[in-house]
Amino acid sequence: MRSKLTTKAKVYLAIVFVILYAPIFYLIFYSFNSGGSMGSFEGFTLEHYQAVFDDNRLLVILINTVIVALLSGLIATIIGTLGAVGIVSLRNEKLRSIVLSLNNILIVSPDVVIGASFLILFTMIGVKLGFTSVVISHIAFSIPIVVLMVLPKILEMNTNLIDAALDLGASRREVLTRVIIPYIKPGILAGFFMAITYSLDDFAVTFFVTGNGFSTLSVEIYSMARAGISLTVNAISGLVFIVTVGIVIMYYFITMRSRKTGGSTQ
Amino acid sequence: MKFKSKGAFLPYLLWIALFVIAPIGLVLYYSMLNLNGEFTLGNYKNFFTSAYLAMTLTSFWYAFLITFFTLIISYPTAYLLTKTKHKHLWLMLIIIPSWINLLLKTYAFIGIFGLYGPVNAIMNLLGFDPTQILFTDFSFVFVAVYIFIPFMIIPIFNALDKMNPSLIYASRDLGASPLTTFRRVIVPLTIQGVKSGIQVTFIPALSLFMITRLIAGNKVITLGTAIEQQFLVAQNWGMGSTIAVFLILIMFAIMVFTRTKKKGGRA
Repeated sequence: MRSKLTTKAKVYLAIVFVILYAPIFYLIFYSFNSGGSMGSFEGFTLEHYQAVFDDNRLLVILINTVIVALLSGLIATIIGTLGAVGIVSLRNEKLRSIVLSLNNILIVSPDVVIGASFLILFTMIGVKLGFTSVVISHIAFSIPIVVLMVLPKILEMNTNLIDAALDLGASRREVLTRVIIPYIKPGILAGFFMAITYSLDDFAVTFFVTGNGFSTLSVEIYSMARAGISLTVNAISGLVFIVTVGIVIMYYFITMRSRKTGGSTQ
Repeated sequence: MKFKSKGAFLPYLLWIALFVIAPIGLVLYYSMLNLNGEFTLGNYKNFFTSAYLAMTLTSFWYAFLITFFTLIISYPTAYLLTKTKHKHLWLMLIIIPSWINLLLKTYAFIGIFGLYGPVNAIMNLLGFDPTQILFTDFSFVFVAVYIFIPFMIIPIFNALDKMNPSLIYASRDLGASPLTTFRRVIVPLTIQGVKSGIQVTFIPALSLFMITRLIAGNKVITLGTAIEQQFLVAQNWGMGSTIAVFLILIMFAIMVFTRTKKKGGRA
């Protein structure tokens, strides 16, 4: 049933793939350059990777970035999952669609606006700019994504399961922890992964609410890049690429598994 | 669904109040304050002067160009991807670059487009003098398109993937040419995907500021750059908020324009 790709089509796809990957491999290639630039390759060296691991400040920033991502991802997943369950349990159609629209506002909002408005918010209520404000912001912009990942799973769930559990004497709490959450687990995991990647990838919001003294990888790369080319940044790219591919492969297997289980229930 | 649990829902509702509604309210409030914290509509008056209007228009123009080129490249890519074997694997390979930190990808182009970078080296081989490609509007559009391609491909791919292939066979059997089939069957059925692609490209394209700063020097000023400038450099939160208000309005307009029509279902 599938028509075969013509040579022209294959060439087109190949060009797109090359363009998408070229800049990334370009960065990684020059991370091994013993010369100081991204223009001419002089010799192989690992000194830039060494420089990353010798730089305590950079390591602290790396650890901060991971902590912010995991912590905000975890909290956003909890609040978002409960939110999605709550949205589905809303009986009033109109109210439900209003809540859903409000949910989506932060997803489509330009991150500069999110950053600027959070900056005003934190200054108003007196949250000190730094680790706390960054984590809170990351939780805030990750929640709607978690909701969107979890919601379809809840909607495809057979409501009879809940009725059956209630009829058999389960408390509301038990229904949530023993019936709903196990069923929607793939959605929750996907939401958690998305939250983490959003957090790791965020620059603009963090840039606004970070204040002095606290920095994440994105913000640090920005200030290093503004200062010009530094092959340490290339070495960071190499490390980030490996971690990213790792996460993607994990995510791929999780979604494949949920697709399979999703298919078997139909 | 009978299940109800008010207490568990509370943090989420609090989140909506504190981080969705309150920030919009605060931006509105600040947009009406001047540098001394007095109430005024001066910022709005300021926004409607030629300098700001020209900036808004150029920002729109760049966002349009970026969205246009992204769409032109992404649609055929998504279409061909649905025709490959192991299409989900190929899609995954398209998605991977989008998960690499945005700043790193932007940084790569500082080298690529630089005076001693590979593009200039190739130009040199072809007999052209090296030119500064960096800090031009071309480099800005190019890098932005590069960054948005995966985000445009994903929704279009999903729309194409969901399409029932028998509709295409039916159209062909009824005598439609490939072009007619494309125009009258495929495009209308995938327009929702295109719309969400435009949504995820156009709005960020208006507000990107690190690309303008790193790649375009200060040649290109978008609405996002202006907000960042007002908030973090000029410390004029009032004016920054006013620009943000317009960005929010534009965002709502685009959301209405690209709204997905609801069709049955429990949602």
